Amino acid sequence: MQKEAAIREPLILGHKSFHDITEDVCRPIEDKAPKLWYILFGIALIIGVYGVGCILYLLGTGVGVWGLNKTIGWAWDITNFVWWVGIGHAGTLISAVLLLFRQKWRMAINRSAEAMTIFAVFMAGLFPLIHMGRLWVGYWVMPIPNQFGSLWVNFNSPLLWDVFAISTYLSVGLVFWYIGLIPDFATIRDRAKKPISKKMYSILAFGWSGRAKEWNRFELVSLVLAGLATPLVFSVHSIVSFDFATSVIPGWHTTIFPPYFVAGAVFSGFAMVQTLMLIMRKAMNLEAYIHTKHVEYMNIVIMVTGSIVGTAYITELFISWYSGVEYEAYAFINRATGPYWWSYAAMMTCNVVSPQLMWFRKLRRSLLFTFFISIVVNIGMWFERYVIIVTSIHRDYLPSSWSMHYPSPIDIGVYVGTIGLFFVFFLLFARFFPVLALNEVKSILKGSGQSYKESPDYYKSH
Amino acid sequence: MSEKVIYVMFDCDGILKDGAKMLVSKGVKISDTFSPFPIHGIDPIIGVKNTRLGIMSFLYGLTGLTLATLGMRFFMIKDWPMNIGGKPNFSYFENLLAFVPISFEFTVLCAAHGMAITYFLRNKTLPGMPAQNPDPRTTDDKFVIEIRTAENSMDEKELDKLIKKTGYIEIDKKTI
Repeated sequence: MQKEAAIREPLILGHKSFHDITEDVCRPIEDKAPKLWYILFGIALIIGVYGVGCILYLLGTGVGVWGLNKTIGWAWDITNFVWWVGIGHAGTLISAVLLLFRQKWRMAINRSAEAMTIFAVFMAGLFPLIHMGRLWVGYWVMPIPNQFGSLWVNFNSPLLWDVFAISTYLSVGLVFWYIGLIPDFATIRDRAKKPISKKMYSILAFGWSGRAKEWNRFELVSLVLAGLATPLVFSVHSIVSFDFATSVIPGWHTTIFPPYFVAGAVFSGFAMVQTLMLIMRKAMNLEAYIHTKHVEYMNIVIMVTGSIVGTAYITELFISWYSGVEYEAYAFINRATGPYWWSYAAMMTCNVVSPQLMWFRKLRRSLLFTFFISIVVNIGMWFERYVIIVTSIHRDYLPSSWSMHYPSPIDIGVYVGTIGLFFVFFLLFARFFPVLALNEVKSILKGSGQSYKESPDYYKSH
Repeated sequence: MSEKVIYVMFDCDGILKDGAKMLVSKGVKISDTFSPFPIHGIDPIIGVKNTRLGIMSFLYGLTGLTLATLGMRFFMIKDWPMNIGGKPNFSYFENLLAFVPISFEFTVLCAAHGMAITYFLRNKTLPGMPAQNPDPRTTDDKFVIEIRTAENSMDEKELDKLIKKTGYIEIDKKTI
C-alpha cells in the first residue's frame, strides 16, 4: 500500500470502510430513481428527439436547410463537431495521462469523465456523418475501392486522417472505459437481488471473479492502454486542427493550431467535467469522494490550459501583423473589429479572462463559482470555433462574394438536439452504471482516506 | 481420494498478504486469491507470473504499423497515384509526412484492440461467462485465499493448524 504524506488533504472524506464505498456507489443504482431523474431525463429526451427530427429532415431535404451559402460552406456543423470533440478530451486525459502521472485524485472522476468523453465523441461523430448529406454512402470514407474502379480515398487529406483519428479515439476510449467497468459490474452483480438485474449485470460483468492473475492482467492492460491513449489524446485534436491548418485560408493556416487546439480541448473538456460532476456529486450523495480538493485540482488544469489558449490567441494576433501578409492581417483585424466582433469579444472574455480568476484560492475552491465558470468556458469555447471558422471565410478575397452567416432553425435544432441526446446518454449512465471506479477508489482508501490521514494506524486496528 | 478446496476469508488485504507469506514459508501451496481490488505484492508470494500482454500489445502495434504502411503505399503510390497540385506521387518516402497521422492511429488501433481481445480471451472474461468467485462478498470488502488439498502434500489437520495462525475471519471447505 502506497502511503501518502499526512499533510496532503485526504481524497476520501469521512471514516469509510470498503463496504461503505460499495454501498455509496451502488445504492443509487439499486434504489428507485428519484423524481428529479425522471424530470431531467424527460426534458433531455424531448430535446434529443427534436434534434433527431431535425437530422431526419436534413437528410430528407439536403444540407441546403442549413444556413450555409456559397462563401460560408462550413459553419455550425464543423463548429459543433470541434466543440464536441474538444469536450471529449477530458475523460481520456483524466484516465490516461493522470494514470501515468499516478494522480490518485483522478479515481473519483475518471469513470464519469470517460463516459462523458464517449458520449461527446458520439455527438461529434454525428456532424461529419450528417454533413455528407447522403448518410447511406458514409462507408465511402473507408479505404475500399469504389464503384468506378480502383480509386481510393485520399490518404493525404486531413479529413481522412480525421476519420481514422476519431474512430480510433472512440473505440479505444470505449474499450478502456469498459475494461475498467467490468470489476465494478461484478460488484453490482454479486449484490443484485432481483433476477433480471442479476442476469443483466452478470452478462455485463463478463464473469469477472477477481482472481490474482486477473488483477495482474487488469493492471497491466490499464497501464498499457493509458500509455497508448496518451499520445492518442494529443493526436486527435492535432488532427482535427489539421482540417484547418493544412488549408490555405488566411486565419486557418497557422502552425500554432495543433498545440493550441489540444490545450483548448482539455480546457473545455474539464469545464464540462466540472459542470457534470458538481451536479452529480450532489444528486448522488458522492460529496465524500468528489469534494473541494478534486474541484480545485480540476480548476488548476482549467487555469493552466486556459492560459495556454490565451497565449495562443495573442500569439496568433501578433504573428498576423508580424508576418507582413496583408490577407493574414486582415483576417485578424476583421475578427476583432468586423461584423462578428461580438463573438470575438465573447471568446476573449470567456476564455482568456475567466480562467485567470482561478489564481485566487478562494475562487477556485468555491463550488458555485466553479459551476458558473465551467459554463462560461464552454460557451467561450463554442465561440472560439465559431470565430475561427466563420470569420475566416465570410470575407473572401473578392469583396463581391463577402457574406454573413445566419443559422437556420435546423442548424440550431441539430445543435441543441445533440446536447439533449448527450444528456439522455449521460443520465442513463448515471442511473445504471457505477459512476465511481469502485475498485480503484478502494485501493487508495488506506493511503489517502481521512481516517488514515488523521491516525496512520487507523486501519491496523479496524 | 476426493479433492477439497479450502477458502480462507479475510477482511483486510494486509492481513491476507501476511497470512499468505506465512503459509507459503511453511510450504503451503496457495492456488489463488480473490479480492475486490488488486492486492499489490501478492503475485510473487503466491507465484503468479507477470502477464505478457504488454509484449503482445507491442506486436499488435507493429502489425498495425506494417499494415498501414503497406496499405498506403499500395493505395497512394502503386495502384492509383493522385495528382495533388503536381506534388511527387511516385515515391512513398517523399510523401511520408502525409502518411504519419494514419500510420500512428492505425498502430494504436491495432495495439489497443489486439491487446484487449487477447486480455478477454486469456482471462476467460466474456459476455455470459459464469462468475467463479467463491463468495459474493469478495467483490465488496472481503479477501479470500484458495488452497487445494490435492496440490498440497500435508494433510488437512496440519493445514488447519497453520491457517488458524493467519487471522482469518471465516473458513469454508468444499469437496469437488
